[in-house]
Amino acid sequence: MTDATISATPIDAASPRRRDIGLKKRYAAERRFRFYGQAAIFLGILFLAILLWTVVSKGVGAFQQTMITVPVEFAQSVIDPKDKRAEDPNVLLMANYPLLARNALVQALGVDPDDKKAVKAVGGLVSDSSRVELRNYVMENPDVIGKTIPVTMTANGLVDSTLKGHIDLKVPEERRQVSDQEVAWINQLVDDGIMQKQFNTGIFVNGASSRAETAGMGVAIIGSFYMMAIVLVLALPIGVAASIYLEEFAPKNRWTDVIEVNINNLAAVPSIVFGLLGLAVFINFMGLPRSASLVGGLVLTLMTLPTIIIATRAALKAVPPSIRSAALGIGASKMQMVFHHVLPLAAPGILTGTIIGLAQALGETAPLLLIGMVAFVVDYPATPMDPATALPVQIFMWANEAERAFVERTSGAIIILLLFLAAMNIAAIILRRKFERRW
Amino acid sequence: MNVLKLAAAALVASAAFAGAASARDQIQVAGSSTVLPYAKIVAETFGETFPNFKTPVVESGGSSAGLKEFCKGVGEGTIDIANASRKIKDSEVEACKAAGVTDIHEVVIGYDGIVFASDINGPDFTLEPADVYKGLAAKVVVDGALVDNPYKKWSEVNENFPDWDIAAYIPGEKHGTREVFEEKVLAAGCEATGDMEARVAGGMDEKAAEKDCMAVRKDGAAVDIDGDYTETLARIDANKTGMGVFGLAFYENNTDKLKVATISGVTPSTETIASGEYPVSRPLQFYVKMAHIGVIPGLKEYVEFFLSDQMVGPDSPLAEYGLVSAPEEEREAQRSSFEAGEAL
Repeated sequence: MTDATISATPIDAASPRRRDIGLKKRYAAERRFRFYGQAAIFLGILFLAILLWTVVSKGVGAFQQTMITVPVEFAQSVIDPKDKRAEDPNVLLMANYPLLARNALVQALGVDPDDKKAVKAVGGLVSDSSRVELRNYVMENPDVIGKTIPVTMTANGLVDSTLKGHIDLKVPEERRQVSDQEVAWINQLVDDGIMQKQFNTGIFVNGASSRAETAGMGVAIIGSFYMMAIVLVLALPIGVAASIYLEEFAPKNRWTDVIEVNINNLAAVPSIVFGLLGLAVFINFMGLPRSASLVGGLVLTLMTLPTIIIATRAALKAVPPSIRSAALGIGASKMQMVFHHVLPLAAPGILTGTIIGLAQALGETAPLLLIGMVAFVVDYPATPMDPATALPVQIFMWANEAERAFVERTSGAIIILLLFLAAMNIAAIILRRKFERRW
Repeated sequence: MNVLKLAAAALVASAAFAGAASARDQIQVAGSSTVLPYAKIVAETFGETFPNFKTPVVESGGSSAGLKEFCKGVGEGTIDIANASRKIKDSEVEACKAAGVTDIHEVVIGYDGIVFASDINGPDFTLEPADVYKGLAAKVVVDGALVDNPYKKWSEVNENFPDWDIAAYIPGEKHGTREVFEEKVLAAGCEATGDMEARVAGGMDEKAAEKDCMAVRKDGAAVDIDGDYTETLARIDANKTGMGVFGLAFYENNTDKLKVATISGVTPSTETIASGEYPVSRPLQFYVKMAHIGVIPGLKEYVEFFLSDQMVGPDSPLAEYGLVSAPEEEREAQRSSFEAGEAL
């Protein structure tokens, strides 16, 4: 009864309407905000999709390589005309292997062996690396000399580009790098099943090469691996130790404030500055070798340290104080409290920070320029002291090449780098899930 | 966990003992990005031909940066060879001397042409140095007075040219190519138009006038490209009425995308550059630290291999890539000069 009388008052009748207006506005604001948020995410995904699409569509071809499988006559008259290989092993090293490849193709194509110009052009279909390919084959199986055996050789980069359609054949012949005759030969070889595309293992295992068809990321992958290992081994313990001390033990005074400000500043220093530091300290002062992944790793360690320290401190701060109090309360020492209780709980955050720092270091080129790692390195580095390059460096070097076949390789290299980054980030998520503790 | 600890210990130990590095058995080369592709081809072939030596490491980074590293001193921690697309400067020789690098041997590997090219579908350009100068210099003489470059379109420079806005992509100042472009094109054009005389008559001394001639306009019509030629090519792809400056080798690898301009009526090619008809060319060279010969294994063999006809001759992989071979006698002279160990 009293309710009814209250609701009947004129004041009550007016106020719900006023409140309605406010509600509508607030709902609208929320809808707008949601829309902005969705638009931002959509935009982000759109750009990511465009990036991935351009890289993948351009680079996926790099994982296929044109190969030529043709019966090669390992004629003794070419390899070892004086029959001296028993006493002088250099005979096999220095033999004219490109001639073997050329003769095999001349025969397969049915070109007149006396047509010097045509014969020379035929020889150009196969990569200059056939010298090494055939040499290694003969060195491993010396008994093939005098026999005719089908061998798979890498095709020239231009042939590869032609077959993949990267060379515009509508352009007049004299402006193209492949002649109509060569295109005809390529088609003939493809029809005969002599020339075919295969999965390109070379891009993963070969070292740098001036020939697109044999250029690979092998040295760069090893170099990056060494550097990441060095960064992990040095930056993680140093970073975690520094943060534990700052967070749990250090007194809060002006000095620790100064240190904190400096660590935050250091995290924002452009990476090229660390390269200059590396050149001055590690190479010029300590006398470490140029182009070595050891120096690269040390420089990247310096660059990654602030990131790891900041992430670790945040992770330590996120551990509830009650855990600390409880540990201390049941008689744990401060050290036991940190290592038995706080650190395990902070581990997922530390791991995430470390892996983000590593991923950042993996993609860095600028500091490596100054310590000589932006270089053409063919041989595998046996130790971190040997010259090596890194994944992003290899992308940079290939992007500057003039030949058409390198355009595709560049995108292929980007795909490889992205796969590495994705693998690292997935590892970070899995590790975090595994060690995460809830309370 | 033990494996991890062991790996960690090994790495730290290797870092600690790094000071006592073992002898370097790999040649280290640094310098010009123009010479880089040639050096790469030679290094790779060298490694394949001489399996008992390691393949040399070739760094990129520019002529000046390379020479700076080269002049750091003598010893395993310093590079053995500096590639350069320009001659070493007296100041650099002095710096070398001060650091103890006294015996420097210069090796000219061949010549490189600098070409002007535009999009393949555009019209033909028949440039004179004077046209380029009028199009790109910061100041030109108009009606007897030295004024800021007033030309906005190529057709204003020369009525035979298309009605294109002037947009030229030229190498940035850190490139050795830029110097050649300034000296052989801008200064030559300045001379040809008589602007040089006008400047001298206007009260400048000869040196200042030449320097003023070579200043490039900064109003956006000429864009410095600090990256490599691939960037210049990308700019021309984006702006079909742009004109770019390239090395001959780069152009020859992209003839299906670019149309080259003739200069003073001469089409750039290895033949016209070798004969000296094409005016805008320069020698490419590298500098060898003679003190390292006999210390770094393979260094002598590498230089000899580089100078052999199978590498720099007229029918060699370098010539195929776009290097203009030096004449026979000059190649022979280079070889005997290296054998004699002549130093700068």
